[in-house]
Amino acid sequence: MADTESRVAHGRNNWPKRHGKWLIILPPLLFLLVFFLIPFAFALKISLADTAVRVPPFTDILSITPDWHIHATWNLGNFKYLFTDEVYGLSYFYSIKTAFFSTLICLALGYPMAYAIARTSKSTQSVLLLIIILPFWTSFLLRVYALEGIIRETGLLNSALLWLGVIHHPLQIMRTTLAVYLGIIYSYLPFMVLPLFATLEKLDHSLLEAAADLGSPPWRTFVDVTLPLSMPGVIAGSMLVFIPAIGEFVIPTLLGGPNNLMIGRVLWDEFFGNRDWPVASAVAIAFLVLLVGPIAIYQHYNTKQMES
Amino acid sequence: MRERVPPLLISVLCIGIAILYLPILVLIAYSFNASALVSVWGGFSTSWYTQLLHNDQILDAAWLSLQIGVVVSTGAVILGTLAAIALVRFRLFRGRLLLTGMVNAPLVMPEIITGITQLLLFVSMLNLLGWPHRGFTTIVIAHIAFCTAYVTITVQSRLQGADRSLEEAAMDLGAGPVRAFVDTTLPGIAPALASSWLLSFTLSLDDLVISSFVSGPGASTLPMVIFSKVKLGVSPDVNALASLIICLVGVCILLAGYLMRRADQQRLADAQMAEQDA
Repeated sequence: MADTESRVAHGRNNWPKRHGKWLIILPPLLFLLVFFLIPFAFALKISLADTAVRVPPFTDILSITPDWHIHATWNLGNFKYLFTDEVYGLSYFYSIKTAFFSTLICLALGYPMAYAIARTSKSTQSVLLLIIILPFWTSFLLRVYALEGIIRETGLLNSALLWLGVIHHPLQIMRTTLAVYLGIIYSYLPFMVLPLFATLEKLDHSLLEAAADLGSPPWRTFVDVTLPLSMPGVIAGSMLVFIPAIGEFVIPTLLGGPNNLMIGRVLWDEFFGNRDWPVASAVAIAFLVLLVGPIAIYQHYNTKQMES
Repeated sequence: MRERVPPLLISVLCIGIAILYLPILVLIAYSFNASALVSVWGGFSTSWYTQLLHNDQILDAAWLSLQIGVVVSTGAVILGTLAAIALVRFRLFRGRLLLTGMVNAPLVMPEIITGITQLLLFVSMLNLLGWPHRGFTTIVIAHIAFCTAYVTITVQSRLQGADRSLEEAAMDLGAGPVRAFVDTTLPGIAPALASSWLLSFTLSLDDLVISSFVSGPGASTLPMVIFSKVKLGVSPDVNALASLIICLVGVCILLAGYLMRRADQQRLADAQMAEQDA
């Protein structure tokens, strides 16, 4: 009884204790809700509208008639258009293909790098990690630009190869598919190395020693022990390269040629060039649907790794 | 005990690091090239740097980007820290899953999608509410949204490792929860806040795609100006500008890393002291 009374008496003081946490939760929750999540709903809405010559350049989907009936006019024409004009299908396919092979090459290069770093002493590790992380944060646009200085016709690579006598005419790398691959690998390599390092560093060495004691050759130990145990890092790193690489815009625009039509570039041109916002929204929504799978895989492995 | 690292692995590591750094080093070297021809070395000169000081377009864009960067990182550190506290301290609340998702999604969402959706929101809002006008405000809001995600992840891992016993002791001694947090836990995570401020600043300073979508007429950030120049090919004044930005960003990152490292060492030392006392 007395307990209840005191609770009532302290009811006012209890308010901040019971609800005060919402003062902490709500600001970020509401901000991200309004400015990150809800925009997707707007994109979906506008993808169902028509283009119009006005500001903003699309029609309303919902209109209210004078007798207060809500009138919805949406059309799936924009999505149908994505299937009829083959440029969209081709660019989706081309983006996935480019991202897939770049991811494989990043993995082939990043795995030994991460493995080597994980094998060094703790103090060397922190220096090497810093060396890998530094470009990861350094201006993306400027790094892509810097790469142009190496691979252009009069760049360092061609000069070196000509001087060595390996080639007699400069290689045309800029504005080719090769340049796009080089750009993606160069830009996203740190994204691959860091998660791989995180799993390889935790690897239990007694397992490797046990395998060696039992007569397993090093390559067998690698295939049977190291590789399966590092799978979470392989998947996380691959997704961190694959997902942004599909949507890459800067690299195909600056380094690629007219053939390197990646979906990011198509989206950009549709938006800024053709000013067709509804079709651009439809491209973005279709692209997002395509990404749901890879993002879900990444989140799954990421939470698993966070828990362990 | 660590076994010897095979030489093959070492060479792959060296090649990888060379790939990461060579273009940047070449860029910085050529920014001191006296010749206007980008492929010919014409001697050492700092003339491209002095020319930057007379380029109003670049100076205006740089000033705009710096202002945006400061506002964005401050806002993102506040929101991101609140989100991290919410996720670490309040185990169960309505919207927890939603918040977790919204904190992680910007890290993997292609920028071009985030940019286009945010622009569509801003345009619709302007139509309905008369706010916000595209430019400074919209760029700041859009940048805060993705920087908050990075801040939350950084601070979250720090808070998870933080020892709560001091905070509990302070509360036992009669301090309110906010006071107890500010006096005991906050100093411990302060380096994480400082380093995530610096990281947000570099992310904001660097962003091209999202800014291009949400910006309006007259508001061109530094990356937007650089991008329009770079599309025309390599040029010596962009080399100078790029070298400056890379150095500024590099200093921010090294400082952020140093702060985090020192905090780690401090914590380790404190733990050892506590053990000796016990």
